[in-house]
Amino acid sequence: MAKILPTRTPMREQDPQVRARNYEEVSYGYSIEEALAEAARCLDCARPTCMPGCPVKIDIPGFIRHIREGNYQAAVDLIKQTNALPAITGRVCPQETQCEGVCVLTKKYEPVAIGRLERFVADWEARQGPPPLPSLPPPTGKKVAVAGSGPAGLTVAADLARLGHKVTIFEALHEAGGVLVYGIPEFRLPKSIVKREVDYVRALGVEIVTDFIVGTTATVDELLEEFDAVFLGVGAGLPWFLGIPGENLGGVYSANEYLTRANLMRAYRFPEYDTPIAIGERVVTIGGGNTAMDAARTALRLGAKESIVVYRRSRAEMPARQEEIHHAEEEGVQFYFLTTPVAFHGQGGRVRSLECLKNELGEPDASGRRRPVPVPNSNFHIEADVMVIAIGQSPSPILAKTTPELTTARNGTVVVDPKTMKTSKRGVFAGGDIITGGATVILAMGQAKTAAQAIDEYLRTGVW
Amino acid sequence: MYEILEKEVLSETVKRMVVYAPRVARKARAGQFVIVRNDEKGERIPLTIADFDAEQGTITIIFQEVGKSTAQMGQFQVGDAFANVVGPLGHATEIENYGTVIMVGGGVGIAPLFPITRALKQAGNQVISIIGARNHSLLFWEERMRAYSDELIVCTDDGSRGRKALVTEPLKEILQQRKDIARVWAIGPAVMMKFVSAATQPFGIPTIVSLNTIMIDGTGMCGGCRVTFTDGGSQFVCVDGPEFDGHNVDWNLLLERLSFYREQEQRALQHWKDHACRLDQAAETLEKERAHG
Ligand SMILES: Cc1cc2nc3c(=O)[nH]c(=O)nc-3n(C[C@H](O)[C@H](O)[C@H](O)COP(=O)(O)OP(=O)(O)OC[C@H]3O[C@@H](n4cnc5c(N)ncnc54)[C@H](O)[C@@H]3O)c2cc1C
Ligand code: SF4
Ligand code: FES
Repeated sequence: MAKILPTRTPMREQDPQVRARNYEEVSYGYSIEEALAEAARCLDCARPTCMPGCPVKIDIPGFIRHIREGNYQAAVDLIKQTNALPAITGRVCPQETQCEGVCVLTKKYEPVAIGRLERFVADWEARQGPPPLPSLPPPTGKKVAVAGSGPAGLTVAADLARLGHKVTIFEALHEAGGVLVYGIPEFRLPKSIVKREVDYVRALGVEIVTDFIVGTTATVDELLEEFDAVFLGVGAGLPWFLGIPGENLGGVYSANEYLTRANLMRAYRFPEYDTPIAIGERVVTIGGGNTAMDAARTALRLGAKESIVVYRRSRAEMPARQEEIHHAEEEGVQFYFLTTPVAFHGQGGRVRSLECLKNELGEPDASGRRRPVPVPNSNFHIEADVMVIAIGQSPSPILAKTTPELTTARNGTVVVDPKTMKTSKRGVFAGGDIITGGATVILAMGQAKTAAQAIDEYLRTGVW
Repeated sequence: MYEILEKEVLSETVKRMVVYAPRVARKARAGQFVIVRNDEKGERIPLTIADFDAEQGTITIIFQEVGKSTAQMGQFQVGDAFANVVGPLGHATEIENYGTVIMVGGGVGIAPLFPITRALKQAGNQVISIIGARNHSLLFWEERMRAYSDELIVCTDDGSRGRKALVTEPLKEILQQRKDIARVWAIGPAVMMKFVSAATQPFGIPTIVSLNTIMIDGTGMCGGCRVTFTDGGSQFVCVDGPEFDGHNVDWNLLLERLSFYREQEQRALQHWKDHACRLDQAAETLEKERAHG
């Protein structure tokens, strides 16, 4: 066997200076040659360590073997047995803490670029034309309502439609896709990829009704009069604020608002599109996750001269994907680590600066990470005219308020049986960020697959 | 698509439309609102549900042409349709027999005030209404309001109709004369609601205002609609409102947030007018070319 190359095959990217000012996708993806070179690094382990790292247990050596043999369709088909959205997860999964983090090569070398290979085969398939439709079984006559059209809702709908059930998705916004369309920007996940998945779900016979807020436009109980089961996949849409003075000054945004204006509402094409957004000379984003990276990088693309990230811990603790942090740094985003905001200051109702304290790392906290401890009197100001708060989110209370029998935890997440995704209410299932709080696409999708099985069984047997 | 079934010009800048939106109509109650989007490039704008008919599947919206989106809406004709209408959003007004209430409406705010006035009257309240506008051509629904008010006072800034006064003047007079006012409702421009709240505060009369902040989703997802209270706390207008006790609202911050995009709004309006103008010119040129054959 040829010697293993210690480093992974690089993925070609747009030049950082150029891409920081456009909305096109940052990475080009592997060519066939690059994919073959990278696939050759996989040892095809008898007992693969990567697979347990994948939340949906994709047969990773199996699909890479198909790539090596040039059998790309077989590779995609294998992935799709457990992952409905490989073009998306190949781009957005935190591979370094999942499959790649436990790849056996990491002991000595860089791990196999599993995510890039996953993306490669998914993109290869997309180039072959619209996905072939499976032959659908005869209709079962059962009807399922799905609330929310994010990764969880789309996945559960597709699986149930393939089993012959009639599925209707109800989406509050005017476009389907959830965070994939309103949150994650075009330069990281092109909307055409999301559209392809949505079109596929429609082609399976799923009806998507937009402008419909479950809980308000119709309650869960009302849906249960018409449908045999309901799946709740409404995500974790309620943005957290810091609760510090000056937070409601003009120019202070939640990341949800900032990204929704830019992505869903296309504010980057104002005034051709109606929705405005404050551009800002200097933009400060508070937080260290993917959402914060997306906001900070969007700021540059909207035309900000400087984009600064303020994070209370250090770089090593940032929850964002490694690649996003790296890309943000390359594009010129500046980082203030170990920094805690204490107040926004403004003039004439508009934000002008962020007052912060410097932190030291103290004892480890519940998450095992060392707790940031503010240093007294270390106050300093960062001047900026736009500020984005990206410190997390929890499920919106609308469903819980309008569905009294639904048990929720203190943080607002809906409680389910993890084996079946059944909630406390008969006929109602849930999955995705609504049960975990802000998590990942792959987890949402995995839970939706589990739910689809359980819903199918419930519809067939009537046993709760 | 949500078709426009009726269109009526209420005043120089205020228009009324009946829109087919059966899902909203089925659930709507006085005080709630919808979010409307004109077309695929449109922004999401909150509008109060001024009336609704569950059987016909229709809702009535009333809007004032201020920016690009509302100006464009104003050009829509019967048979045209909105790309999106979502709702009903927010809490409905709590209708009870409170005793004697004062209803204050300014400009386009008279529209959402009307169904609440009607409901309060029907619930047995003694209703005193004060409606006002800059001038008589901006005033509408005087007769409708009169039909459900025990007393109606009309004001205009320039005296072209009714009393030459701001709505707060007669309001203060009544508050000084009568001690039996249980509640005040005020719907209109934010400045008006600010001054109505200031007028009733010394009398300690609960004053309900309906806030129309800038919104996107209307479901509690963006936080753009947040209102700040005098005690420093804040809430989302779309899910916690739209009605609040006016005495708790930090009006200065609210007004500043409302005007945050003023410059962009003007640019959007100009861009749209230029564009519409170019379209007109193109149509004209085409006509001429045709005529010349
Ligand atoms: C900016 C950002 C970047 C992210 N980056 C990554 C990443 O790189 N990698 C990763 O794995 N994860 C990432 N995530 C997290 C990931 O997007 C979520 O975990 C995932 O989308 C959750 O899927 P979901 O289907 O549960 O919910 P969502 O995607 O949130 O979809 C829920 C849908 O339900 C709709 N809805 C809400 N309430 C109602 C209602 N009452 N009735 C009807 N519809 C309703 C919403 O409008 C939405 O469309 C990111 C999240 C954000 C915000
Ligand atoms: S889905 Fe995510 S974790 Fe699973 S193999 Fe693909 S990249 Fe790795
Ligand atoms: S409009 Fe977005 S939270 Fe109220």
